[in-house]
Amino acid sequence: MGADAHGQGTKRANGEREAEILNLLQQADGALTPGEVAERLGGKPTYSTVVTILTRMYAKQLLTRSPRGRAYAYTPVTDDPGFAARRMRTVLEGRPDREAVLARFADGLSDADADLLRQLLGSDPQHGR
Amino acid sequence: MRIAVYLPLLLSLLAPLVARPLSERCEPRLATWLLTVSTAVLAAASTVSLGLLAVTGLIRIPLLADLGHWSAHAAQRDDPAEPAIALVAGLLLGFAMLAASRVLWRRARSLAAAARQAACMPTPDGLVVVDDDTPDAFALPGLPGRVVVSTGMLHALEEGEHDILLAHERAHLTAHHYLFVAFAGLGAAANPLLRPLARAVGYTVERWADERAAVVTGDRARVARTLGKAALAGHHTPDRTRAPGLALGILGHRSPLKGAGPVPRRVAALLAPPLRRHPGLILATAALLTVAAGATAEAGHDLHLLLEFIGA
Repeated sequence: MGADAHGQGTKRANGEREAEILNLLQQADGALTPGEVAERLGGKPTYSTVVTILTRMYAKQLLTRSPRGRAYAYTPVTDDPGFAARRMRTVLEGRPDREAVLARFADGLSDADADLLRQLLGSDPQHGR
Repeated sequence: MRIAVYLPLLLSLLAPLVARPLSERCEPRLATWLLTVSTAVLAAASTVSLGLLAVTGLIRIPLLADLGHWSAHAAQRDDPAEPAIALVAGLLLGFAMLAASRVLWRRARSLAAAARQAACMPTPDGLVVVDDDTPDAFALPGLPGRVVVSTGMLHALEEGEHDILLAHERAHLTAHHYLFVAFAGLGAAANPLLRPLARAVGYTVERWADERAAVVTGDRARVARTLGKAALAGHHTPDRTRAPGLALGILGHRSPLKGAGPVPRRVAALLAPPLRRHPGLILATAALLTVAAGATAEAGHDLHLLLEFIGA
């Protein structure tokens, strides 16, 4: 249980760092290398942590990168509505009433509901099989 | 005042009896309005009642009675409510105000966050497609709002069914369904007895959007199939039509929809003939609300007279 709580704490801290780095990259004039990011963060997360976080954010398609010297320089993806949608999910996921705010087309079904649904649609005469 | 002041609270107990027929038997747009207005009126009336009861307790306190130039002694003699009742009413009022402001603050922030995010999504037609294999689709409230659909959902449906999905989600945005849900939620926070009404609003706005999609595409059965398909696409268990529950006839009793979730109920409603406006239900709801509002006004007037009487 202790390990569990610890794992969650680390996860949250990573999310916060990602948001912090994203903010930094959005305010920067151009692409930044991990060294520059670490420097602007005041050396709080170590260089290797910054590299790990940037690589993960690149893998999540939150950032694009281009080679510069022996490292990559990262910029946020901004003009893509897909990026905006992913960020929207990150922002709204923490809200306790998000399900009431977002009107989902088809809510999660229970197993009994799924069976009932198949029955209902199976008995529909226009269904055709 | 002795009876009238308690009426809104007693009438709130009828909420489950009102919620079910309105959501199952009344045309959904009208049902949504009736349910939301009922929640608002009953929440307001019951909150005012608690306030009136609490005031009758406060004027018994000599210090406060002096401030209002009332006679605490006369108040104790003519007071319609026991001090214990006034105290309980005061506490309940405090909880109600606290819960309502918490819900209001939280929902306002969530809606503002949603609107901010919607504004950040550049799109010519309000539709945002997210590259994600998980089938998902929802309306994001904003000025204007956005319809967000995952590629997984688009793949799960055929072309004509995409139009149904979009018509449904756009109906949520153009009719501002999130506001109905928010108002009903606020009322239920102030008076938890009204929760069945707020839950029913969550269901009837979906039905409202389903029927809008049916009007746009002209085929209710097709909307039902699309909805079922989308729901099953997001459901990750194997086809269990031969599950033991069915073999034993557990689902085979007279009304299998009793206790079912919202999606099967929506599908069944779309496969059944369209619902009418049901004048009986409108009249019954109007009568209930008139009695609640009238009782509150009556109780307020009585308290006013009492204050004038003991203030002489």
